[in-house]
Amino acid sequence: MITENINLLTAIIAIVTASACALPGVFLVLRRMTLMSDAISHAILPGIVLAFFLTHSVSSPLLIVAATATGILTVVFVELLQKTKLVKEDAAIGLTFPALFSIGVILISRYSKNIHLDIDAVLLGELAYAPLNQLDINGREIGPVALYVMGFMFVLNVTFILVFYKELKLVTFDASLAATLGFAPTLIHYGLMALVSMTTVGAFDAVGSILVVALIVGPPATAYLMTDSLTRMLILSVIIGSINALSGYWLSIFLNVSIAGTIASVTLLVFVLVFLIVPNRGLVSIARRHIRQKWEFAQTMLVIHLFNHEGLPEAQEESEIAHLHEHLRWEPSFALRVVKNALNNRYVLQEASQLMLTERGRAKAQRALVQ
Amino acid sequence: MLDFFFLTRFDYTLMVVSIGAALLGAISGALGTYAVLRRQSLLGDTISHAALPGIAIAFMLTGSKTPLILVLGAAIAGWIATLFVVGIVRLTRIKYDSALGIVLSTFFGFGLVLLSWIQHQGNANQAGLDTFIFGQAATLLQRDVLTIGILGGLALLITSILWKELKLLVFDEGFAASIGLPTRLLDIVLTSLLVIAIVIGLQAVGAVLMSAMLVAPAVAARQWTNRLNLMVILAGCFGAFSGVVGTFISSSATAIPTGPTIILCVTFMVVFSMALAPNRGLLWNSIKQSRNRHSLKLATSSLVKSTSVNNRIEENDNRKY
Repeated sequence: MITENINLLTAIIAIVTASACALPGVFLVLRRMTLMSDAISHAILPGIVLAFFLTHSVSSPLLIVAATATGILTVVFVELLQKTKLVKEDAAIGLTFPALFSIGVILISRYSKNIHLDIDAVLLGELAYAPLNQLDINGREIGPVALYVMGFMFVLNVTFILVFYKELKLVTFDASLAATLGFAPTLIHYGLMALVSMTTVGAFDAVGSILVVALIVGPPATAYLMTDSLTRMLILSVIIGSINALSGYWLSIFLNVSIAGTIASVTLLVFVLVFLIVPNRGLVSIARRHIRQKWEFAQTMLVIHLFNHEGLPEAQEESEIAHLHEHLRWEPSFALRVVKNALNNRYVLQEASQLMLTERGRAKAQRALVQ
Repeated sequence: MLDFFFLTRFDYTLMVVSIGAALLGAISGALGTYAVLRRQSLLGDTISHAALPGIAIAFMLTGSKTPLILVLGAAIAGWIATLFVVGIVRLTRIKYDSALGIVLSTFFGFGLVLLSWIQHQGNANQAGLDTFIFGQAATLLQRDVLTIGILGGLALLITSILWKELKLLVFDEGFAASIGLPTRLLDIVLTSLLVIAIVIGLQAVGAVLMSAMLVAPAVAARQWTNRLNLMVILAGCFGAFSGVVGTFISSSATAIPTGPTIILCVTFMVVFSMALAPNRGLLWNSIKQSRNRHSLKLATSSLVKSTSVNNRIEENDNRKY
């Protein structure tokens, strides 16, 4: 009974965490800033460590405040570096977060001999322990801390997006128009970055700082393959994130392996799967479209060829099936398949070894030539 | 006697580690130059994270922790990750940054799954595989340094043989293609060199910090020169120097890990270069700017004077008539 309860709680924590992460992720993916989440998730380490030294508690709200501040500081650092024009954006990110992360690692190994804050836990997280850390109010345990924190982050993210939906949309798709209309893109930008930092901090406890990136980037990128509408993308991201979290969690129980790692692996699997099968933009439908276009084009070539020579002295020779490969420079086997398709579509009729255009085929040729 | 033994032993370890760190810094600095110039700084981050499942699979298949085998596994995984990134960018509308983010985090996650699987198998030999996540320069052995030296030397040799082709690829890919260079092949070669530079450094500095070993020396070197050959050499020197300095600092105090110390050293070099480098540095720029402002002020004031004199002359002239 208790283990069942814990399993259920862990699954719920996983789903809430994934949903909370997916929401700001949508805007990061659209604004081509996803690596900022990678940078933030690493760079908040010194903030967490310093706050931990001050409070000596892993679950203190000060940790979230400090980490959020460090996250925003990271964004500011990266932007300042870029503004010097001595460094490009990618290099600016690649310089900032390892430096901050290094400071965090050094602080931990230098000063935290007797306290249990180890790098493994921060970097990799352990979802299995999340339900065990209960929120304690007046001696009564009222549920896991992680659930409250991530639930709060989810609500905060939803509220922010609902309230600033129009501004976020404008800033994402046309930042300069937003600036001319007086929508303060910088403010929205930093608001978003603050949310990303807070969500990352909330989630690192459960899934660790590297896999947070999978939760933030994976579902929105998958949703981006499926839709053109921002609203739908937001909703789809939350759904996909939840599906990834739930299936990853059950799979990890089944295989007895790292939970967060499995959720990340499932995220990639779902992304690839969606990429293969999604209608219109998926690899399968692209390939099918290419094949269809190839045969369509070949048949059009055939009817134009027949049409050009129709009623002329050489028509006899030109409409000989066996000669098609010579006139149109097709492989004989390919020519036969084109003829078969054209016969099926009633573009041509076959009389002995000769091809005759039908009314339909003639119309098609004329249409193609006019275009 | 015993004291002496310990002392030399300690020094020997320190020597091995610092030689390893220097080699590593030189190689990743030199090859990172290309990544930075091609704006692929974060590709290194992705490759270093994505190498983890390769290490795990190499261990699962062979059961050995020979550096060469693990490096080979890491290289293959890093390679597949790069293919994924290129494939996602080419075939979907997902942008480069998102592709990097997805591949980085999910490959790493898969690596964690495999590591936890290996741990549950109870193979006693598996201890230490996770040094590849955080790195542990202090555990570098002579054979590791040898692997770094041979593979890295090979990578640098290839770079120098293909010097002119790679230079053209970095600065003008379109032109390189138009004069008949196999740009796609060269791209593959350059990416493979990057993969080699990354995987040999994983054990020492770990997946998280490896990207800085690629980016930082190159960015620092970029501030001092506009020439590729100088930049590569300088980046190599900066990398090697911070490798040695970082190792010595971390060994002189207790409980300071080597990898992060090396990263902080090289970051300091970046800050120093950005501030003080001639022609490009911030200090130089601000001096130049204030000088420009001063001369502009002089020029405008003299211009104003001369125009006002001219105006007066004109006015006088007008009054005459």
